[in-house]
Amino acid sequence: MNEDPAIVFDRVSKSFTRPDGAPFEAVRDLSFSIARGELVAILGKTGCGKSTTFNLIAGLLRPSEGRVLVDGHDPFVEFDWFRGKVGIVFQNDRLMPWRSAIENVALGLELNKVARDERLAIAAAWLGRLGLSTHEQDFPHALSGGMRQRVSIARAFAGRPDILLCDEPFSALDEHTGNALRDEFRELLRETGATGVFITHSIEEALRLGGRLIVFERPARIAYEAHSLAGLSDAERDAVRAGIRQVLAADEAA
Amino acid sequence: MTAITADRGLRLFGQELKPEGIYALVGLAVVWQIVSLFMPDFLFPSVPQIATRFVEIFSSWQSAYNAVATGARILAGLAGAFVFGSLLAIVMARSERIERYCYPLLNFNQGIPALSWVVISIIWFRGTEFRIFFIMVMTTLPAFAFQLLDSYRSMSKDLFEMTLAFRPSRYDLFRTLIWPTVLPGIFTAWKVNLGNASRVVVVAELVGATGGVGYQLLQQQQVFDMAGAIAWTIVLVVFVLAVQGVISAVEGRALRYRAAAERTL
Repeated sequence: MNEDPAIVFDRVSKSFTRPDGAPFEAVRDLSFSIARGELVAILGKTGCGKSTTFNLIAGLLRPSEGRVLVDGHDPFVEFDWFRGKVGIVFQNDRLMPWRSAIENVALGLELNKVARDERLAIAAAWLGRLGLSTHEQDFPHALSGGMRQRVSIARAFAGRPDILLCDEPFSALDEHTGNALRDEFRELLRETGATGVFITHSIEEALRLGGRLIVFERPARIAYEAHSLAGLSDAERDAVRAGIRQVLAADEAA
Repeated sequence: MTAITADRGLRLFGQELKPEGIYALVGLAVVWQIVSLFMPDFLFPSVPQIATRFVEIFSSWQSAYNAVATGARILAGLAGAFVFGSLLAIVMARSERIERYCYPLLNFNQGIPALSWVVISIIWFRGTEFRIFFIMVMTTLPAFAFQLLDSYRSMSKDLFEMTLAFRPSRYDLFRTLIWPTVLPGIFTAWKVNLGNASRVVVVAELVGATGGVGYQLLQQQQVFDMAGAIAWTIVLVVFVLAVQGVISAVEGRALRYRAAAERTL
C-alpha cells in the first residue's frame, strides 16, 4: 500500500485582489498533510480561508506560493489526472435542475465514461442506500433540502473516489437531518476507505465526525490541532472544545 | 390541430386558448360582421367573404405556394440568424476583447430599420431569395446573439465549479452543463424572433419579391381587395401560431424539469 500522504500542503499561500484593487490574503504559509484513509475536519470562523483551502485541494484554485499535492500530483496543473479520483460534496447541493435524481448521481460516472446501464445501476444502488429509491426519477425541485443533499452525497460517493472533499455540506439542514446525514456520511467514508476532508464552522460537528481536527485562524494557518477525537473521554472532549473556543476567540479579537 | 383540454380551454397549435380568448376572437368576428353590413366591401368585407378568400388560397397549388414560400423564407432566415448569432455569441463568450468590438456593432445593427436592409440588399444582391435571406439574417441575428450570450453569462458558477470538479472534457462540459443552461434562452430567442421575422419577411417580399405573402398583399392593395388582404394576413398569423406551437411543444418537453408554482402573481 502507498504510504505517502494523500494530501500535502507545503508552505501554501493564496492571495486575491479585491474589487477596489487591494490585495487580500486568504491563506498564509499553510503546511499540513493528511494520511490515506484519514478523516480530517477543518474548522474555523467565516472568512478564515477554509473554502479557499478546499478549492486549492479540489484544483479549482492555483496557489500564489507553495505547493499543493494530492495523491502526489498537483491538482491545478494536472487537473485531468484527477478524473474519477476526487468526490466533492458542497455546502449547497448543486444538483443540475434538468437532471433527475438518478441522472445527477450518475453525472460523475458519465463524465468518467462508464457505460449507461452500469452507471444507472450504480446510481440506483447509491440512492437506495441513502433511502431515495422511490425518488430516482424526481427532478431536484420535487425533493426536500435533506433529500437533495443526500443525492449530492450519493453523487460524490458513486464514483468510488480516493479522496472525498466536503464543504460544510450539512450546514443548511435542520439539526436532526444534519446529524443523521453526518452519521451516514462517516459510515460511508469508513466503508469505502476514502480520505475525507470536511470543512465546517461548527465545533460540535467537527467533534461528532471523530477524526483529526485542524482549527484555522485568519488568514488560513493552523492554530490548533487535535488527533483521534473518536477515542476521547467526555472530559478530554470538553478540554478540546475549550481549546478550540479559546483559539477562535483569540482570532476574533485579532 | 385543435383539441378540447380538461379545463374546457381550446388547444390551438399547441397553445391553450382559454374560453375568454375564444369569446374575444368570436366577438371580434361578430363586431367586424356587423360593421361590414354598414360599410362598403372594399373597406370592411363580410366574414364569409374573408373566409371564402382564405379557402381559395389553399384551393390551388399556385396560390398556396406563396404561403409555403413565405414560411420557408421565415424558417430559413431564422435558421441562418440562429447559426450566425450562435457562432458570434460563442466567440464573444470566449473572448472579452472580441465582445468589446462586436457588442457595439450589434447594438448599431439593432438601430437599422428593416426597410433599410431591404434597400441595401436590393442594391447589393441579384437573387431574390438571397436578398430576403440576407435581410432576415441581418434583422434577427442580434437578438439571437444577445439572448445566447446572456444565457451563457447567467450560467450558475456553483454548477460550473461542481461540474468542473469531475474533470469533464470540453465536449462533455458543453453537453452536460452549457447546452442545458442556454437552451431556455434559445427557445425564447426563437419565439421572439419568429414574430419579428414574420413582419420583416412581409416587408422584404412587398418590395423585392415576385411571390409570397408580402407580394400577394401588394397585389390585393393594387386591386383594393380587402378580403384578400385580410385572408393573406390570416395565413401569416396562422403560420406564426403553428410554428410557435411547435416551439412551445418542444420547449415544454425539453424544459419539463421546471417547477410550476400553484399560485401566480
